[in-house]
Amino acid sequence: MQQLTHLDRLEAESIHILREVVAEAQNPVMLYSIGKDSAVMLHLARKAFYPSPPPFPLLHVDTTWKFRDMYALRDKMARESGMELLVYQNPEALERGINPFDHGPLHTDMWKTEGLKQALDKYGFDAAFGGARRDEEKSRAKERIFSFRTATHAWDPKNQRPELWNLYNARKNKGESIRVFPISNWTELDIWQYIMKEQIEIVPLYMAAARPTVERDGLLLMVDDDRFPLLPGEEPVMRSIRFRTLGCYPLTGAVESTASTLPEVVQEMLLTTTSERQGRVIDKDGGDASMEKKKQEGYF
Amino acid sequence: MADPTALDPIYKTDALIAENIDAYLELHQNKSMLRFITCGSVDDGKSTLIGRLLYDSKMIFEDQLAALEADSKRVGTQGGDIDFALLVDGLAAEREQGITIDVAYRFFATEKRKFIVADTPGHEQYTRNMVTGASTADLAVILIDARKGVLTQTKRHSYLAHLIGIRHLVLAVNKMDLVGYDRAVFDSIVEDYAAFAREIGIEAFTPIPISGFKGDNITIAPSDNTPWYEGPSLIHHLETVEIADTAAQAQSFRMPVQWVNRPNLDFRGFSGLISSGEISPGKEVRIVPSGKTSRVKSIVTLNGDLDVAVAGQSITLTLEDEVDCSRGDVISIADNPPQVADQFEATVVWMSDEAMIPGRGYWLKLATQTVTATVAEPKYEINVNTMEHLAAKTLRLNSIGVAEVTTDRPLTFEPYSDSRTLGGFILIDKITNATVAAGMIHFSLRRAQNVHWQALEIGREQHAALKGQRPAVLWFTGLSGSGKSTIANLVEKKLHALGKHSFLLDGDNIRHGLNKDLGFTEADRIENIRRVGEVAKLMADAGLIVLTAFISPFRAEREMVRSMLPEGEFIEIFVDTPLSVAEERDVKGLYRKARSGELKNFTGIDSPYEAPEKPEIRIDTTTTSPEAAADLIAERILGVWTPDL
Repeated sequence: MQQLTHLDRLEAESIHILREVVAEAQNPVMLYSIGKDSAVMLHLARKAFYPSPPPFPLLHVDTTWKFRDMYALRDKMARESGMELLVYQNPEALERGINPFDHGPLHTDMWKTEGLKQALDKYGFDAAFGGARRDEEKSRAKERIFSFRTATHAWDPKNQRPELWNLYNARKNKGESIRVFPISNWTELDIWQYIMKEQIEIVPLYMAAARPTVERDGLLLMVDDDRFPLLPGEEPVMRSIRFRTLGCYPLTGAVESTASTLPEVVQEMLLTTTSERQGRVIDKDGGDASMEKKKQEGYF
Repeated sequence: MADPTALDPIYKTDALIAENIDAYLELHQNKSMLRFITCGSVDDGKSTLIGRLLYDSKMIFEDQLAALEADSKRVGTQGGDIDFALLVDGLAAEREQGITIDVAYRFFATEKRKFIVADTPGHEQYTRNMVTGASTADLAVILIDARKGVLTQTKRHSYLAHLIGIRHLVLAVNKMDLVGYDRAVFDSIVEDYAAFAREIGIEAFTPIPISGFKGDNITIAPSDNTPWYEGPSLIHHLETVEIADTAAQAQSFRMPVQWVNRPNLDFRGFSGLISSGEISPGKEVRIVPSGKTSRVKSIVTLNGDLDVAVAGQSITLTLEDEVDCSRGDVISIADNPPQVADQFEATVVWMSDEAMIPGRGYWLKLATQTVTATVAEPKYEINVNTMEHLAAKTLRLNSIGVAEVTTDRPLTFEPYSDSRTLGGFILIDKITNATVAAGMIHFSLRRAQNVHWQALEIGREQHAALKGQRPAVLWFTGLSGSGKSTIANLVEKKLHALGKHSFLLDGDNIRHGLNKDLGFTEADRIENIRRVGEVAKLMADAGLIVLTAFISPFRAEREMVRSMLPEGEFIEIFVDTPLSVAEERDVKGLYRKARSGELKNFTGIDSPYEAPEKPEIRIDTTTTSPEAAADLIAERILGVWTPDL
């Protein structure tokens, strides 16, 4: 008898899901957001199809406002995995100069929600892998692993296909698509443990270092480039910070920390008293049911 | 009293994390994983129990707790105390109604195990959700309100858990605080439940007196309030029961092939999740259904080749020989392969608003195999409250029945009681693609095992060669009065004149003979088409060009006939006549009768016609005369044949 650990079983389940999609979908793609969850998902894909490279491209729906370290790792991982990297920027958002400083919620809506829909339509992808986890947020806890979307990308939480055993129904009509979440059953701790066990490369911003910051609206923001408009009297201050999640740098709050190694980061995570998404501004628009509403509109 | 240290679960020891993170990580690197479901009625305190498990395992962060406290005061049902249920009830609509309406998955961990909890609703109309949640579970926690005892719902949940093959049942008698922690109350409930459990064949269960709200016997047992209780705490029990995957390692090796990995000409690997047993290089394996054998050459992973792999692992195998093997095949140990059959008895749980239609073709997915399957009228339906067998003509949403399932191709399977992977299947509607049912195979029917295909010396090629033609089925479909029979007749005359051997199956004529026992209900119409399809197939096997003229209103049945025939032999001809035109012609006076209500289930009037989406040939009768249509069809058909003549 060989006792499989929880990481062994989570890995096996995720690989099974990745392979089912490749076997049954016509034109799959992996949404790659460069965060730690994406890093794990990409690593699992490389394991699932080894020695072949994963037989689908990576898609980064870009907002032009990610951290510079993220862009660097993105390009490196695409090279190493031997996968095609598609970068999509919503042309309308680009033209109108939509940014998180001046446009508030419109920034997420146009770059991410609209950008994603446009990219999926443009390339005709019928299945898109995403790195969402059920422990992140309450409405995600009820979403299926194979989450069906109508031709207009809408999600109907009341009309989800029952998902039995590990049998996934990937059938759909023309124009419809599925979002697939291979790491649905992983928790934040599982992700960190797996990153350590498999020595997966992640963006260095997860580890503490001295970085230029300003404090605004209760969030500690990093001044990652000179597009950051400083208010009168604001002066970037060097602080030892790290990030628990990564998104657009003007929307992502840092935490003050000295945890510069993975075990130290996990140590802090376990002893911390605030949940993961708290550092993100977008979840708070519209109060309690915010994420569920975004998902119905087509956000991942 | 048991050893108190064993009963003291350490979820997340802050001290160890703070002092020695490496030791803590080492400890947590080697956890096992258990999936379980909680089932109970609306007020049994299920969400509260799960909220409590998350809370006690410190899976709730300070900001969530602050939100929880605020919500508890605003909409809570515990008089301002923390309402753990609010943590768990996710979707906006159900938070307002105060009930859980779908399957939700929760996570928590102790030092020994990671747990995935499927939270499933207690309402009767949601049987499908419970079956869904239970399908991946190793264990079920059946919640009972100590004040109410064993209810109809308790029996239903236990029956479903047992049906889906869960071997570990926990009877959590909840709200003990509200009955003064009275031992007599607990004992009497356990006795009632034991009697019921015996009746339905549950061999063992673990009863635990708890209070999800107050926390008794959740993490430490016995609690001060139940000194009379000698069993384990809920958590201790969850940490120590055997996991199904581990048990499966003792069975014979099986791996359904998901995907063939071919990066270059020198490498050919077979990828899949091992469903039972273990495998290592050198072992002799058999590919099912082909029966070919080979030996395992290597087990390939990104982190290097493995010496052994076991049930529950996703792997890629290479074999010593170049044997045919693709998605849908099962690689098994050579001396004990799984069975192959095309007819089964199965328990079917119906999960769609649209009732089952006996005889209709559905996609059946089992492991990595997808075939067309039909379900016969159920032998009986099971009343999930009383376990009685009821007579049934069909299965509706949330009903469970036992029926014969027939597939168009042989399936590699095992009884569900031996293997969830090779015995459990889903049915998918061919038009909407919705998952409409789940099924569990009992056994293959003797008929399938004993009626072997007669290997015929003179096959369809020989029949066709003698006639100097390629067989085909020209399937005319369209509304009553659209002109199907007229055009089909003209086409046959042309074929006959050209020396082709043909036969015309006409709707009305068939209904006078072969199908005179059938009426016009949806089920009878499907059976009508199925028989015509089978006859047409036999005639095509005999080398004939078959013409059929039937309304055949349902897309699924036309697709079923298409799938019976070799690729390219089924030619769907849509005789496209608008309803208003057909009704105006009304050659047989049927539309008039249908409009007056004299004739029921008439296509186009009170029964739907599903037009073909991609017919091989479409005839617009408002612009094309029957003669022109016949010319066009003959030309298309002969065009295809000419090279062979």
